[in-house]
Amino acid sequence: MPSISRDEVAHLARLARLAVTEAELDLFAGQLDQIVAAVAQVGQVADQDIPPTSHSVPLTNVFRADVVRPGLTQQQATAAAPAVEDGRFRVPRILGEEA
Amino acid sequence: MTELTRLDAADIAAKIAAKEVSAVEVTQAHLDRIAAVDHAVHAFLHVDTERALAAAKAVDDNAAAGLPAASPLAGVPLALKDVLTMQGAPTTCGSKVLENWQPPYDATVTQRLQAAGVVILGKTNMDEFAMGSSTENSAFGPTRNPWDLDRIPGGSGGGSSAALAAFEAPLAIGTDTGGSIRQPGAVTGTVGVKPTYGTVSRFGLVAFSSSLDQAGPCARTVLDAALLHEVIAGHDPLDSTSIDAPVPPVVAAALEGANGDLKGVKVGVVTEFAGDGYEPGVAEAFTAAVDQLRALGAEIVEVSCPSFDLALPAYYLIAPSEASSNLARFDAMRYGLRVGDDATRSAEEVMSLTRAAGFGPEVKRRIILGTYALSAGYYDAYYGSAQKVRTLIMRDFDAAFASVDVLVSPTTPTTAFKIGERTADPMAMYRADLCTIPSNLAGNAALSVPCGLSDGLPVGLQIMSPALQDQRGYRVAAAYEVARNAAQGGPLINRVPELEVAH
Repeated sequence: MPSISRDEVAHLARLARLAVTEAELDLFAGQLDQIVAAVAQVGQVADQDIPPTSHSVPLTNVFRADVVRPGLTQQQATAAAPAVEDGRFRVPRILGEEA
Repeated sequence: MTELTRLDAADIAAKIAAKEVSAVEVTQAHLDRIAAVDHAVHAFLHVDTERALAAAKAVDDNAAAGLPAASPLAGVPLALKDVLTMQGAPTTCGSKVLENWQPPYDATVTQRLQAAGVVILGKTNMDEFAMGSSTENSAFGPTRNPWDLDRIPGGSGGGSSAALAAFEAPLAIGTDTGGSIRQPGAVTGTVGVKPTYGTVSRFGLVAFSSSLDQAGPCARTVLDAALLHEVIAGHDPLDSTSIDAPVPPVVAAALEGANGDLKGVKVGVVTEFAGDGYEPGVAEAFTAAVDQLRALGAEIVEVSCPSFDLALPAYYLIAPSEASSNLARFDAMRYGLRVGDDATRSAEEVMSLTRAAGFGPEVKRRIILGTYALSAGYYDAYYGSAQKVRTLIMRDFDAAFASVDVLVSPTTPTTAFKIGERTADPMAMYRADLCTIPSNLAGNAALSVPCGLSDGLPVGLQIMSPALQDQRGYRVAAAYEVARNAAQGGPLINRVPELEVAH
């Protein structure tokens, strides 16, 4: 069974936008290796022809009536924001220095 | 502790309706109890004192004006798990990332409770984003089990279960993604119900694993759970996975079951959920419960559900995968915590630093695991296979329910473990959900009802019903509850040790 390396955990954490410490990497790599080994049991059915289930309730195309209803006001939407400027969400720069 | 806090919800509602006691007196008695014991239990993250009293007064005013009660639970206090939004109070999900976050809208469950005249006392503690089986993953400290304060109250809804067992509230709301209502119910000697997926709205329930999350009732009796079930269930257009079907007649089933006759009911014992890993005291209490069901007239048969052995591994791929996607919303931009925004760092750096500071270890582990399971090259082997297992589990349930009315098993393999005992070993923690997970993956109804003690700690009997047949489990549970109370000298919950009261 594939095991999960420390470098792989670091890569996954970057993909998930999680800054992890060296100590966390050490801890998580060992634990995730155990967890992955355990969950890999599902591989028993990998080559069987079984339809996948993503959801227990077979509902498709659920539409609501095309009626206007009130949403949040600008004030409500920004009330819990970490930073607001001129009634808008203020966010850090999106582009890198080199861009 | 006053007598009022010992009463069941149905009795409280009857006394309020008969004007023997006011809703305000009932609410005050529970607020006093919280003030007296929650320092030791830590079931609540937020106590909503003033609004609870105002809601109770509204019920009394309504009655004084001669108007009919809003529901059979009007004036009854309730503890709300902190994963459901309620305006005017924080919704934290047990996470630093949402510390002090005030939601701009109410969950449908919250709205239905308020419309029914149920008095919401406050928000209960939980494992961070409902990930855990012990409430130790809360960023705000663990909740303690009233049966033994050194032990866990189950999780993720340990605040709700502990509030019931500590007589801080007669009713609570939990959410169950892998067992987070039933396992806490089992280890605190209370009743916990996971309704059929799609029958209680998820609108305003902060998402962990959307295809599995389901809110449900927690109480000290089966009838109380049924009464609460009928208040919160029903179709909601704001949740696109909500099932547009009548609410199963769970109150009628609980009342019917209380007659104590289970003749004609066929009960299947799941053979996979026994043996190694099951505490002897749990196995004994379960066997005695099955004997009790037989004595009530039920026909008992053994049923094998072979795919249930793969339920735990499938769950720990599906739930983290969905979680890694759902929790991407905590990006430090629109709400919640923001760390490191010093005008030099980029949005991406701020996002990473915020998520590192805001999420606890279990949430991080699951995000990384989910990211792994969904990544190119592993998707088919892990997530794809887990979805196939989900199909097999549904087939096992279908085959079983073709020959039996309900399935039974222990709710969880052990009684409440010690705080700290499993925190360093995630797989040991995950195994607490071994018996509860299949019903999340298949979406059917399942509940836990107290079935005795093992070394002084409560054991739960799990009763599983087919989807949209929730009433079957209620009938069997109510019949069992009456018989167990008669055989074992009254409700189990009355044997909770007295908590030390603060003055």
